Amino acid sequence: MTGSERPVGAISAWILWLLAAALGAQIAWQAARRPAAPAAADLPAPPTPPTLRVASLGEPAALARLAMVWLLAFDSQGDNDVPFQRLDYLRLSAWLRAILAIDPRSGYPLFAAARVYAENPDPAKARLMLEFIHEEFSAAPKQRWPALAHAALLAKHRLRDLPLARSFAAAIARRATDETVPLWARQMEVFILEDMNELEAAKVLLGGLLATGRIRDPEERRFLEGRLKDLKSRLQTPHSPGIR
Amino acid sequence: MRRPAITVAYYVLIEALRSGLPWLAAACMVAVLGLAGFLSQVAITEGAALQASVAGSLLRAAAVFLIAAHVVASVAREANDKGLELALALPISRPVYYVGKLFGFACTGALLASLFALPLLAWAKPADLIAWWLSLAAETALVAAAALFFASAMAQTLPAIAAAAGLYLLARAVPSMQAIAAGPLAEESLPGRAARWTVDALALLLPRLDSVAQSEWLLYGAPPAMELAHALLGLALYFLLLVAAGLFDFSRRNL
Repeated sequence: MTGSERPVGAISAWILWLLAAALGAQIAWQAARRPAAPAAADLPAPPTPPTLRVASLGEPAALARLAMVWLLAFDSQGDNDVPFQRLDYLRLSAWLRAILAIDPRSGYPLFAAARVYAENPDPAKARLMLEFIHEEFSAAPKQRWPALAHAALLAKHRLRDLPLARSFAAAIARRATDETVPLWARQMEVFILEDMNELEAAKVLLGGLLATGRIRDPEERRFLEGRLKDLKSRLQTPHSPGIR
Repeated sequence: MRRPAITVAYYVLIEALRSGLPWLAAACMVAVLGLAGFLSQVAITEGAALQASVAGSLLRAAAVFLIAAHVVASVAREANDKGLELALALPISRPVYYVGKLFGFACTGALLASLFALPLLAWAKPADLIAWWLSLAAETALVAAAALFFASAMAQTLPAIAAAAGLYLLARAVPSMQAIAAGPLAEESLPGRAARWTVDALALLLPRLDSVAQSEWLLYGAPPAMELAHALLGLALYFLLLVAAGLFDFSRRNL
């Protein structure tokens, strides 16, 4: 209490009672009216990237991230057993595309696509997300290869679609040629070809990779050479290894 | 006791009408309608809907800002001119004076809401517009109560406007914050749970301003009467809380 204030006792009792009653009523009212999570059907069509850019008021990086936080809140609770299962994935991918367009260096949209939305148990929806990642990968392979590598793993293990997984792995091997991209990512195609029983193609790819001389780690080189030898011997006595 | 409050409210209204507020409101209306008209010209479809929604949302924001700024400026001027001391030297109690002032500001807000609703008649059905107008009038009354409380308590213009604006923006945003905080990607760690709890606790102390005066009512129709009444009742409760808090603070001040 400061000198400019009168003691609480100087206040009329009815004001104190009114304050307590109003506070109680406000808390009770709001406690009874908890907001529901936005329903999947409510996800609106995305604005165009120029509109989003205008709305960002010159801060597209901040808006892109805020938009991702908002987008991830859709269809995420309520009566859903599985989060995001009821989202309209065509609209969702359009939103991700628009957000990526205003901040192409952000990894958030592709990370969410690969690690959250593509995990949807509905194979059709998961495929839509994987296609989205594949399409956007080509714009910046050096930065976006992790999302496509995860997409390849999902295609292989979740969807059991080895040709799709191979196409993703091949895109990484062909386009993500920067030195910073780890070799395991560029070697994925070889192992997927093996799983597909395409041993001849795997042998050619692995032989080519070793011939480029880019594998400098002796242990890794030894391992891959062993793998190549194994492939050659399997080609002489073919059998089906199945999916790993 | 009732008569002095109405007299105070009457002079508050006179002050508003003789200040720059009507001119500012008219300028806002012209600017918003001009912008909406321009946007409708460049839209390739839904031109009228674009005009109605843009005008509705911008006029709502303008009404809220104008009433908050007007209340804070009026209280600051009264404090500088020692008008408060003069008024309280008259046979009038503090609660009556405070309620009279608030009633006058609420009437000013209702006049602003009426002025801003009129041009929207061009695009919206009268029944939908009445719901929008009614809830905007309630919203401006609530903002006036918040601005009066902060202006009386803080005695400085800028902090009072900032506090009123902060309360308003937080009230508009808190339902979205709650939905985001409770999502499946929210962390189950202690800080994550603490953040969710804080947002939930904050929501209990704020009005649901996101559920009133929505511009989509002008396009797709007002909500059912019960829903509207529910939303307005929520605002009325918060208005009462602000009045009580304002009376408490005003009664404690040593003048």
